[in-house]
Amino acid sequence: MAPRRAFPVISTLVLVCMAGLAVIANAAEDQSAGNGGLLPVIPMGQGDSCVKDTDFMRRNHMTLLKHQRDETMKEGIRGKPYSLKECISCHVVNGPDAKPVTVSSPEHFCRSCHDYAAVSIDCFQCHASRPESGDLPADHQMSSAFPTTATVNGTE
Amino acid sequence: MKRIIYSEIKGNSNQFYSLAAILIVFTLSALGSAFYMEHYGHVVTGMNNQIVWGTPHVFAIFLIVAASGALNVASIGTVFGKPIYKPLGRLSGLLAIALLLGGLVVLVLDLGRPDRLIVAMLNYNFKSIFTWNIFLYIGFLGVVAVYLWLQMERRMNHFAKTAGLVAFIWRLVLTTGTGSIFGFLVAREAYDSAIMAPLFIAMSFSFGLAIYILVLLAAYRGSDREIGDVVISKLGRLLGIFVAAVLFLTAVQHLTNLYAAEHAGVERFILLDGGIYTMLFWAGQVLVGGLIPLMLVYRPAASPNRNVILASTLVIIGGFAQVYVIVIGGQTYPLNLFPGMEVSSSFADGAFATYSPSLPEIGLGLGGVAIAGLIVLFGIKLLRFLPTSLANAAIDPHHTVTAKTP
Amino acid sequence: MSRKIKSTSAPDTPGYNPSRRSFLGAMATAAGVTLAPGVILYAISKSSPANARTLDAAVTSDVRWGMLIDVGRCDSGCDDCVSACAKENGLRGHGRPETDAQWIRKIDLKNSQTGNSTSLPMMCQHCENPPCVDVCPTGASFKRADGIVLVDKHICIGCRYCMMACPYKARSFVHEALEDQKSHAPRGKGTVESCTLCVHRIDANQQPACVEACSDTGGGAMLFGDLNDPDSEISQRVAKYASQQVRADLGLNPGVRYRNL
Repeated sequence: MAPRRAFPVISTLVLVCMAGLAVIANAAEDQSAGNGGLLPVIPMGQGDSCVKDTDFMRRNHMTLLKHQRDETMKEGIRGKPYSLKECISCHVVNGPDAKPVTVSSPEHFCRSCHDYAAVSIDCFQCHASRPESGDLPADHQMSSAFPTTATVNGTE
Repeated sequence: MKRIIYSEIKGNSNQFYSLAAILIVFTLSALGSAFYMEHYGHVVTGMNNQIVWGTPHVFAIFLIVAASGALNVASIGTVFGKPIYKPLGRLSGLLAIALLLGGLVVLVLDLGRPDRLIVAMLNYNFKSIFTWNIFLYIGFLGVVAVYLWLQMERRMNHFAKTAGLVAFIWRLVLTTGTGSIFGFLVAREAYDSAIMAPLFIAMSFSFGLAIYILVLLAAYRGSDREIGDVVISKLGRLLGIFVAAVLFLTAVQHLTNLYAAEHAGVERFILLDGGIYTMLFWAGQVLVGGLIPLMLVYRPAASPNRNVILASTLVIIGGFAQVYVIVIGGQTYPLNLFPGMEVSSSFADGAFATYSPSLPEIGLGLGGVAIAGLIVLFGIKLLRFLPTSLANAAIDPHHTVTAKTP
Repeated sequence: MSRKIKSTSAPDTPGYNPSRRSFLGAMATAAGVTLAPGVILYAISKSSPANARTLDAAVTSDVRWGMLIDVGRCDSGCDDCVSACAKENGLRGHGRPETDAQWIRKIDLKNSQTGNSTSLPMMCQHCENPPCVDVCPTGASFKRADGIVLVDKHICIGCRYCMMACPYKARSFVHEALEDQKSHAPRGKGTVESCTLCVHRIDANQQPACVEACSDTGGGAMLFGDLNDPDSEISQRVAKYASQQVRADLGLNPGVRYRNL
């Protein structure tokens, strides 16, 4: 086929494929393992809710974390609700040995979405990816200076 | 002088392709080494908490220092107006860019977090000489590129002199910056000295010219072009001057340090009982890299070209030895926290650190050389860097140059 | 005829308004009562700034943290400070002393002229003019307002120039991948690290782990406190007893001082 005629055919094919993928993606917006495993299975966190709602977190969790980290590092401001330690305390996933998995396992909370989105995670080169054995999720044993998510959200 | 014609080399011989293949293999092995180091961490290298910078840094500093020196030939032609050097200017610019890029690749790939290069491009601490070096190195690439274009575009040739002056000053500042990486370190006895900057400038003249001579000869021999002995002998004698300058500044550095009792320890280490470092200093830097090349270029001989080739090779070997002694020997000598006390600890206080180069480090360093080689190889094939002939009649038709002219 | 300006404050003059006077007096009293606790609190806060900083306020340079180490009390066989630091910060050795991290170490000294031996702990000296901060190309090595020198590992590129620049060899490079780091002491492959003066503990009004271990089980040689506070124990001791800084000739003004060296 001459290139001039091929172009509309190919571009139509591409558009159809893209539309098809969009339909599939929209069809399964809940965290279900349907659609032949095309979409990520994201495990539920502990407690009632995250510090912000899911849609906001999906897009903006890195913005929150980056802002928080500079305040903590440079100015010593700690205990704000967007701390990484808080995140991994609630979003803990237990492995087959009933102990929390680290980021090297694909079942880790962050990896369940990051693997799908093909975005490499830099945080856990330095930060622990699971709570320390002394830490308990949700009812944290922290000093009273640290506000918990419960106090921040006004529920206790 | 007759009008010089520049042309691309044919670059379709077996020789050319096998050289390209070798260089590509070395480049790939460097990338493999870098990936290996980045994946497993620097524990797979010979570098440790005592010897913090190792073989990759020796290669990188050598290449970067030589890069600024390689531009010298063009500067002599454009800025100082020596007619014999004018045809040599384009290759000089290409070689400068190639060597600098090779050195920078090695430096960046050795970083603990090379994926954070973008962080280094966006966050600057202007009190750090490293930050200034980032601007100087990238700026150098731009300045030389513009300089090359002004040389190669005949309608713009009259601007080349200004660009040449800018490039000359820029590279002096760049080499000062590179030497100051070490000169600014108050903590280390082997470094903390203002002479590091001029010493590095002299080294750059010497190493850059030696590499230039070898590349020039290889390019002409490889592409069956004529090169007369006027060019070679002039470059050889110029090399002799630069080698003498390096020897002089090295002598000044060590003699001054010897005078001060506080530096007696580190001088004793480098000059007397430092083992491999002492041997590299005297045999490598002074003898092989200094005195023997001087004898070779200034002694009248039957085949002066061969002497110049040998001298250039020895200068490069001696130059490596010199950078090795500076970078690694300087770190081997222990920090003196408690003058007058013998110290020992679990962190090698008071002890001479041990270091041996590892394969990934050497692979990475050689890859930087290979990348520089590839840039030159394909540069002279794709663009008109080389004059068609550097025969005596072509560049010196009135026989103005004799064996005695420097 | 001049007009005599009558004062309205005397009781027998017209326009005398007793309620205004008492109002003003009441207001002054109220203001004083309102301000007084604040003034008292301010005075208290100035005297013990550690208690005054809440965790949502930025650190200030009102405080300068420092240490005083009494070398005379340091026993060469004891390394409680080193073990406490390793435990607190999750420093695990891999049996490779050349590349293993060491944030604090014991140095054994022997005077080559007199033969006298001592030992002391050496860690990041938290200088006022840190050379490591000067040379860091990205600004990852920085000094917090209260004097603690830290590495911001988010922007450290692992060039190790700070390790070349430190006169005390205080910094270590992480040569291999790490897992299960302590949540208060993140550390990772490819970045540089050093003693943080247990900044996470200081922010929680505690002492660094090494100091605590030394006073609990060691020789009681280490004292930690605020050098800017004239009433703190450390300030009083450095005023009373002679102490020195290691490599004071470099003009870095470290926050760690040594006594009986």
